[in-house]
Amino acid sequence: MTFLKTLTGASALALLAGMAAAQTDITVAIQLEPPNLDPTGGAAQAIDSVLYSNVFEGLTRFMADGSVVPGLAESWEISDDGLTYTFTLRDGVTFHDGTTMDAEDVKFSLDRINAEDSANAQKKLFANITDVSVVDPQTVAVTLDQPNGMMLFNLAWGDAVIVAPESIENIATNPVGTGPFKFDDWVQGDRIEMSAYDGYWGDKPALTEATFRFISDPTAAFAAVMAEDVDAFVGFPAPENLPQFEADPRFQVLNGNTEGETILSTNNKMPPFDDVRVRKAVAHAIDRQAIIDGAMFGLGTPIGTHFAPHNPDYVDLIGNSQHDPELAKKLLAEAGYADGFTTTLKLPPPSYARRGGEIIAAQLREVGITAEISNLEWAQWLEEVFKGKDFGLSIVSHTEPMDIAIYANPDYYFQYDNAEFQALMDELNATTDPEGRSALLAKAQTIISEDYVNGYLFELAVSTVAKAGLQGLWLNQPTAAVDLTGVSWAE
Amino acid sequence: MIQYALRRFVSLVVSLIVASIVIFAVVEVIPGDPAAFMLGVNAQEDTLNALREQMGLNDPLPVRYFNWVTGMLSGDFGNSWTYKAPVAEMIADRIWVSLPLAIYALILSTLIAFPAGIYAASRRGKPGDIAVMGATQLGVAIPNFWFAMILVLIFAINLRWFSAGGFPGWENPFDALKSLTLPAIALALPQAAILARVMRSSLLDMLGEDFIRTARAKGLTRRQALWRHAVRNALIPVLTIIGLQFSFLLAGGIIIEQVFFLPGLGRLIFQSISARDLIVVESVVMLLVFVVILVNFAVDLAYAVVDPRLRSRV
Repeated sequence: MTFLKTLTGASALALLAGMAAAQTDITVAIQLEPPNLDPTGGAAQAIDSVLYSNVFEGLTRFMADGSVVPGLAESWEISDDGLTYTFTLRDGVTFHDGTTMDAEDVKFSLDRINAEDSANAQKKLFANITDVSVVDPQTVAVTLDQPNGMMLFNLAWGDAVIVAPESIENIATNPVGTGPFKFDDWVQGDRIEMSAYDGYWGDKPALTEATFRFISDPTAAFAAVMAEDVDAFVGFPAPENLPQFEADPRFQVLNGNTEGETILSTNNKMPPFDDVRVRKAVAHAIDRQAIIDGAMFGLGTPIGTHFAPHNPDYVDLIGNSQHDPELAKKLLAEAGYADGFTTTLKLPPPSYARRGGEIIAAQLREVGITAEISNLEWAQWLEEVFKGKDFGLSIVSHTEPMDIAIYANPDYYFQYDNAEFQALMDELNATTDPEGRSALLAKAQTIISEDYVNGYLFELAVSTVAKAGLQGLWLNQPTAAVDLTGVSWAE
Repeated sequence: MIQYALRRFVSLVVSLIVASIVIFAVVEVIPGDPAAFMLGVNAQEDTLNALREQMGLNDPLPVRYFNWVTGMLSGDFGNSWTYKAPVAEMIADRIWVSLPLAIYALILSTLIAFPAGIYAASRRGKPGDIAVMGATQLGVAIPNFWFAMILVLIFAINLRWFSAGGFPGWENPFDALKSLTLPAIALALPQAAILARVMRSSLLDMLGEDFIRTARAKGLTRRQALWRHAVRNALIPVLTIIGLQFSFLLAGGIIIEQVFFLPGLGRLIFQSISARDLIVVESVVMLLVFVVILVNFAVDLAYAVVDPRLRSRV
């Protein structure tokens, strides 16, 4: 790479030429191509990355800092028993095909999630909606069977965006939403194009045209940014190249957080992990910083529980599982495994798992635990580990926002069964006041941290490399999104 | 000649039937539930079932095989599960990248290999021959993806003559060809190296044959004998290699298409396998097998044209 440096000077000329006029178009690269363009019919994050808040909008929406603000619903009222949400919709909202967005569309969209034949990946989040009724064209009443303090948050997910019955037929290839950008074209395998929608109800975006490109190979990603084929790469896949971009005045690098708690998932029902002393030993055997440095090139925030560290309700519990191999050995001896034991470590494809797995296996070996690594593809991982629960250890980043409630489900793949925690989650669901919720969330984080349910490693980082003049891109990824509404080029 | 062609044709049909069974069987036994992949970790069992029903995954295997084959025969490749688009359309889009790329690379490879091979053979043992052989040794040894990265580094990142990848579409043929140039060179050079070596050794074999001596005895110069008699006879092994190479270039573009993020068939297969989009994988692989078998069929016929003795062989 050294001869590269000496030659980059030549490209400075091209840079000067490109700075003449303020640009209003953008080419953004992401790693994976969406399999289809229906955010309500699949779990693939790439769908939301392209479409969330650009083409589709929901009743509420996430902002860059993770807060939930009004979207297509201008305001709402929650009944005293917490069971009825009455949403007032914004005036003058139209879909890109020109039809008006009104209460009927909202009812259609929400009913569709809960329909018998629904293929919505997050159906569970909306399962306790029992009725959606149209009060008048601008007002919708949503009734729940029990209070759900997360409802406004859940409605901000890409899976709950508002769609129209008129255009639902072809949503997978021709998405029609209410957002500031309308979908123009999809050249499968290469790019998706969109342009500003003239009839948008809100502030017009600064950009007039946007192209998304899909580059999965890390080397190709590096080349595309270096050659300035793309203006920004969100979720840049080659962290080893970031210092080079940081040193280059043509580019800026944004290192932010995702909602991905990366954990050493542990099968809590499989001996010897059914013994909390063994799980605690594993937790103390792990050196988080070594994993972050070795596997993630230093990017990632250590966590001590299953909660995003940038969330105001996060409690720092790293102290519960400091790196201490001697303590780990002592705990193993107490549990009757003085000579250690052998287990499986099944790794999905992302580099955090593959690279991190090697380091963790080495760290576990130091305390006498032999972890046999096997590398799986995602589909295999879902079948064997997630569904079949046939694993000892695994490494996965849980990217769903605010997903601590998975610990209340004893059938979830890591099989943590704690009645106290389950009761706590029920209480949390029934609580809508923010202070009460904070206290309950803190308690929940502490319980799972002290029970060493899983090995808590780090919050997955996301890096964006962009040209120097580009502003308004999200630093963090509170949900998978490349929100272009606030993006512009500096004059 | 007709009998020869018929025999080849029957073997083509049998190969296709066997291939379709093997492909279907292999793809269906890959572990992993496509519905679970699409819906991710939060999906409920009833949602998964609804999706499996929509995708026809609940039908028994023989029924699915039968539907697939009869569909293909009538030109209907079915619908992709993840892309929710007709597979035939997706293949039609992608083939306009992969096929031109393979042909472009094959032309480049032949244009380089023929002169190089003939030159080396006619200068046997002299410095020119040694230089060509040295260069081809290097060409055979260098993996094409590495070569591709070097090309990107030089021509896209530093010189900025080409973009680092992507494909603009055929609306502007010049831009389209330009975007295929670096990938075609990366694909062609290692193939050219192999082809040049085959061309050279095949020619040298011919030059030792009796009929060349006869030709020389008739008064032809060494060069005349080479061009009039040896080259034509040396073409048979070269044609075989070209046939194999075309199949390789078409299917083997997978890695090169990744490096240059080209929306071709290779990339489609790659994405479909990881998404467990079995119907797409099966159809694209079947198509590639069909092309390979068809190319081999064409090569067999070409032998007969080049070597009349083969026509009468039963």
